[in-house]
Amino acid sequence: MLGEGIIQGLVETARNFFGSYVEKDRLTTVQYPEERNELPEASRNFPFLLFDGPDPEAGLRCVACQICEKECPPRCIHIEKSKDKKPDFVGKPQAYPAVFNIDVSVCMSCQICVEVCPFDAIRMDKVYELSTDDRFRGLLYTKKELAKSNEYYQQIHPVEAAETDERRVKEAEEARAKAAAAEAAAKAKAAAAAAAPPAADASTNGAAAPAKPAETKVTPQ
Amino acid sequence: MTTAATADQIFVLAKHWLVAHTPAPLQTVVSIVIPIAAIIVVFAALFALTVLFERKGLGRMQNRYGPNRVGPFGILQPIADAVKSLTKEDIVPTRADSVVHYLAPLVLVGVVFLSYAVLPVGRNMIAVDLDSGVLYFFAVGAATELAVFMAGWSSHNKYSLLGAMRAIAQMISYEIPLILSSVTVIMVSGTLSTVQIIEQQARYSAGIAHWNVFKPWGLAGFILFMIAATAETNRSPFDLPEGESEIIAGYFIEYSGFKFALFFLAEYLEMFAVSGLGITLFLGGWSSPVSFLAWIPSWLWFFGKLLAMIFGFIWVRGTLPRLRMDQLMNFAWKFMLPMTLVVIFSAGIWRFLSPGVVGPTPLGGVIRWLVCALIIFAPYILLARKLERGRRIEKRTYRFAE
Repeated sequence: MLGEGIIQGLVETARNFFGSYVEKDRLTTVQYPEERNELPEASRNFPFLLFDGPDPEAGLRCVACQICEKECPPRCIHIEKSKDKKPDFVGKPQAYPAVFNIDVSVCMSCQICVEVCPFDAIRMDKVYELSTDDRFRGLLYTKKELAKSNEYYQQIHPVEAAETDERRVKEAEEARAKAAAAEAAAKAKAAAAAAAPPAADASTNGAAAPAKPAETKVTPQ
Repeated sequence: MTTAATADQIFVLAKHWLVAHTPAPLQTVVSIVIPIAAIIVVFAALFALTVLFERKGLGRMQNRYGPNRVGPFGILQPIADAVKSLTKEDIVPTRADSVVHYLAPLVLVGVVFLSYAVLPVGRNMIAVDLDSGVLYFFAVGAATELAVFMAGWSSHNKYSLLGAMRAIAQMISYEIPLILSSVTVIMVSGTLSTVQIIEQQARYSAGIAHWNVFKPWGLAGFILFMIAATAETNRSPFDLPEGESEIIAGYFIEYSGFKFALFFLAEYLEMFAVSGLGITLFLGGWSSPVSFLAWIPSWLWFFGKLLAMIFGFIWVRGTLPRLRMDQLMNFAWKFMLPMTLVVIFSAGIWRFLSPGVVGPTPLGGVIRWLVCALIIFAPYILLARKLERGRRIEKRTYRFAE
């Protein structure tokens, strides 16, 4: 009959109207500043730099290899390499970024920088309240703003962080074992060379040997 | 005077007291100004309240909270809206006809306020008791079309012109069923005075009032009147003249700031006025439906009914999607017009089958009721069947979805 559908519709909206006062489940709205939905584990938006230990400057994992800068499709990363070196987590002296800027207004959140980084130094963040009244300087993040601790990373991406940490511990152990083995080999060679005449040649080879295990790490996982 | 009667007449008494305490030469002016000021203040306040209720109610119908940020539960939202519209820049397009552009919202609001003159909001509470009150109401109401077209034409914008043309077409089409459905009341009551129409409905037999809506032609007439009123005030689902998704905002697209707010105000005032007329004609105005509730002040009854009608408007808005232009016109000319004519016929039969003909017994009353109901219901079924022929709604299948 004509008008039947209208009655049905009116009943439905009336049910919504009164139901929304009774059943809280009906209301899908999240009262944003007071309550927030938890973000999914894999959510991401902008990159940040990881550091180990208490000091963001000393513990920064980044070695300024500039791979991410080259790979970044919208070119939002700017790195200036340092002149001096500092030891990394295996103890090998590495360069560090004197300047590391990311323009988050340009970043497209593709995560390619994370995928290419051989040092697990750059990861994606979950923050989303980044509004600022300065559209240029306010959205250009410097090394100081980007550096975040490993604990923070474990907090926002627990599964991913556990995996990374496990791998890094293993790699560090392997590197240490290899270095020890190389040292032992060099010592044995040096001992052998001390007996034989061409001693100068063998000692230079032995000094270059510990650098090798670090180089194999460069291949991306 | 009893307490109930004092409460009922409190505003009338207050007015008399105020007039009595003014100097004699000013008394005439003051007694004219007081009802006007009261109408403007009360209905503008009701507008603010309605906007809030509408936003809250629509939200709840869509399982949202609605505005809840300004003040506790968002009750200060109308103040925030008012401040916003007052502080916004008033833009007049370069090529607009600036005089007409300026006048259109003022004319609209002014004309809409004029129609409140004949609405009795309580016993003895009416600005002007005209003998031809209903006629005056429709005459003034028709002038809103002029203001709408002034706005649409002067803006020099194709969307506003389209919106204004839609509005004119719609308002003229729906004015006919609106007036014809109120003709039934005029026919049966034999008067055009709003006060007398209510007084005839405020009589009780067996404790129940003689409201027109309790009669078959009155019920059908009331439904048709409210449908036509919805279209007349450009409310959803008949809000084609605004049509945000098609013609942006229709005739008031080029208005900003307070002029826009005036259009908004006029639209709601029109809704209150036409609801008030519907209450007057069909729902017994300020009278109570049953005699034992007659002690409640008459103005409370009127505003209670008005709020209920407003809720009805909001409810319909929250339920129905907007019509298409051809559907709108078909509905007006193929359904509304024939049905109002049928209702007029039924009202004539009702008048003819007076207790003198069918007998004063309850059985006679029942026969009279059933005959008149049948006269409306049978054509309704036939008309509905004819309109729905060849329009089978099948379950839609989506080939590429899922």
